[in-house]
Amino acid sequence: MSINWFKYSAPSSFYPLAGKVAPWFAFTAAILFVVGLYLSFFVAPTDYKQGEGYRIMFIHVPAAWMSMFIYIIMACWAAAGMIWRTRLSSMMASALAPTGAIFTFIALWTGALWGKPMWGTWWVWDARLTSELILLFLYIGFMALESAIDDPRRAARASGLLALVGVINVPIIYYSVQWWNTLHQGASIKMSESGGMETSMTEIMLWTLLIMTFACWFYTIAIALTRVRSIILERESNNVWVKEMLQGER
Amino acid sequence: MAEFFAMGGHGFYVWGSFGVAAVFMIIEAVLVVRQKRTLVQRLGRMVRMNSEVE
Amino acid sequence: MKWVSSNISISVAIKVGFMFAALKCVISRDLTLAMRHRSDVLTTVFFFIIVVSLFPLGVGPEAELLRSMAAGVVWVAALLASMLALTRLFSDDYNDGTLEQLLLVPQPLALLVFGKILAHWLISGVPLVLMSPLLGLQFGLGSDALIMLVLTLLLGTPVLSLIGAIGAALTLGLRGGGVLVSLLVLPLYIPVLIFGAGAVEASASGMGAQGHLSLMGAILILALLLAPLASAAALRISVE
Repeated sequence: MSINWFKYSAPSSFYPLAGKVAPWFAFTAAILFVVGLYLSFFVAPTDYKQGEGYRIMFIHVPAAWMSMFIYIIMACWAAAGMIWRTRLSSMMASALAPTGAIFTFIALWTGALWGKPMWGTWWVWDARLTSELILLFLYIGFMALESAIDDPRRAARASGLLALVGVINVPIIYYSVQWWNTLHQGASIKMSESGGMETSMTEIMLWTLLIMTFACWFYTIAIALTRVRSIILERESNNVWVKEMLQGER
Repeated sequence: MAEFFAMGGHGFYVWGSFGVAAVFMIIEAVLVVRQKRTLVQRLGRMVRMNSEVE
Repeated sequence: MKWVSSNISISVAIKVGFMFAALKCVISRDLTLAMRHRSDVLTTVFFFIIVVSLFPLGVGPEAELLRSMAAGVVWVAALLASMLALTRLFSDDYNDGTLEQLLLVPQPLALLVFGKILAHWLISGVPLVLMSPLLGLQFGLGSDALIMLVLTLLLGTPVLSLIGAIGAALTLGLRGGGVLVSLLVLPLYIPVLIFGAGAVEASASGMGAQGHLSLMGAILILALLLAPLASAAALRISVE
């Protein structure tokens, strides 16, 4: 029994599937969050140098990973949408963007709050935090372009192209910021001590990080699937299958 | 219990970051679900109106 | 067999000849258009001068401080000035319909877009490069730092026009397009800014700027190759 995957590439058949699957992802995300938070607060040992403050790492690092990961996934969906002209893929890209932007903001916020007790300043011009800030600008640019264009077909393809141009630039930006950071090393406080700490991570800390990252991942899928369903409704509202479906679902 | 919230003096920062992260995630979830519900209702009403007109 | 192969090479030569003719025609057309209303060229340069001259008023006239931040200020001002000139890159042709004709030309669109970008750089990039030594003097830069500043701007401003063209093509005909272009394009300018300003500082502090300049050259070649293709694709998206 080979599943015909292309059946689900049509919005009309993808919509009910997403509806059935999204709650499961949300449920698993909730469970993983509970386990992750329990581990990060009660099981993970106190760090000899940073005391309890280092626990911020258990939300900062997953959020940072997710922000980068979602941008790459968004660019892949955008590329698929442009290459195969499938409307659903560009809808997925625009469904992911807000969640990616929120994770970037969370990463910046928690980074600042982690920096204050450890290095005494709210904002550290560290290479990773600066690239995170630039990634936030890329997300905002993507969403701004998409909302500025009225015709959804042009909006999808224009923001898709921007995502592709952006994803080519992300590594260039990251390494140029890295280069810039090492050059002005004297001026700014190095945040790489946390880098050092990562190597001395105990087994349990690593597991907590992984669980929290998976929790964020499942959360993103649940949110993206729900948001893509409302985008499908918006853009396909004049299609017949939407009318029938709406008549059915009071 | 109190010393748990104190977080070894870094309570403000730890709960500040976890709290903001939780708030953002919950608000986003609620907004997305409500956005879909209102959309379904609005389109449903429009469909019903059109069907009555025909 | 030899007779056939020479035929092919002749037809290729003719085709390439047409391409260069098209390229030359686009560039000369854009330059003559720009020369007709010269004020646009001057506004970009005057914006550049004003922004740079504002900093000492804001930061204070200490020579040492100004010298240390001169490269960064001149570079950021060059970034903003070239971005200001971006909105006119395609919008005039878009409004009077010549852009649709440009899309129908049998020559590769990327080549024509490259011609337009080159003309745009000549109009808005080169004046900035010519003005920068004067502004560098205003900040008390030494002669070798000035030469490095001009060199980095010469390498960097084409990249600004190339990447900016993608943003301009994407936001064609949108209300509030000017502000939107800056939001899309500024994050992509950051590597050029870092290496440009860094090169001047590195040469001033005697560390030598070979690394910076070679990286800027690499970014320039990458942009020369990819940017016209990307902005041609963006034009096709915006105009349809």
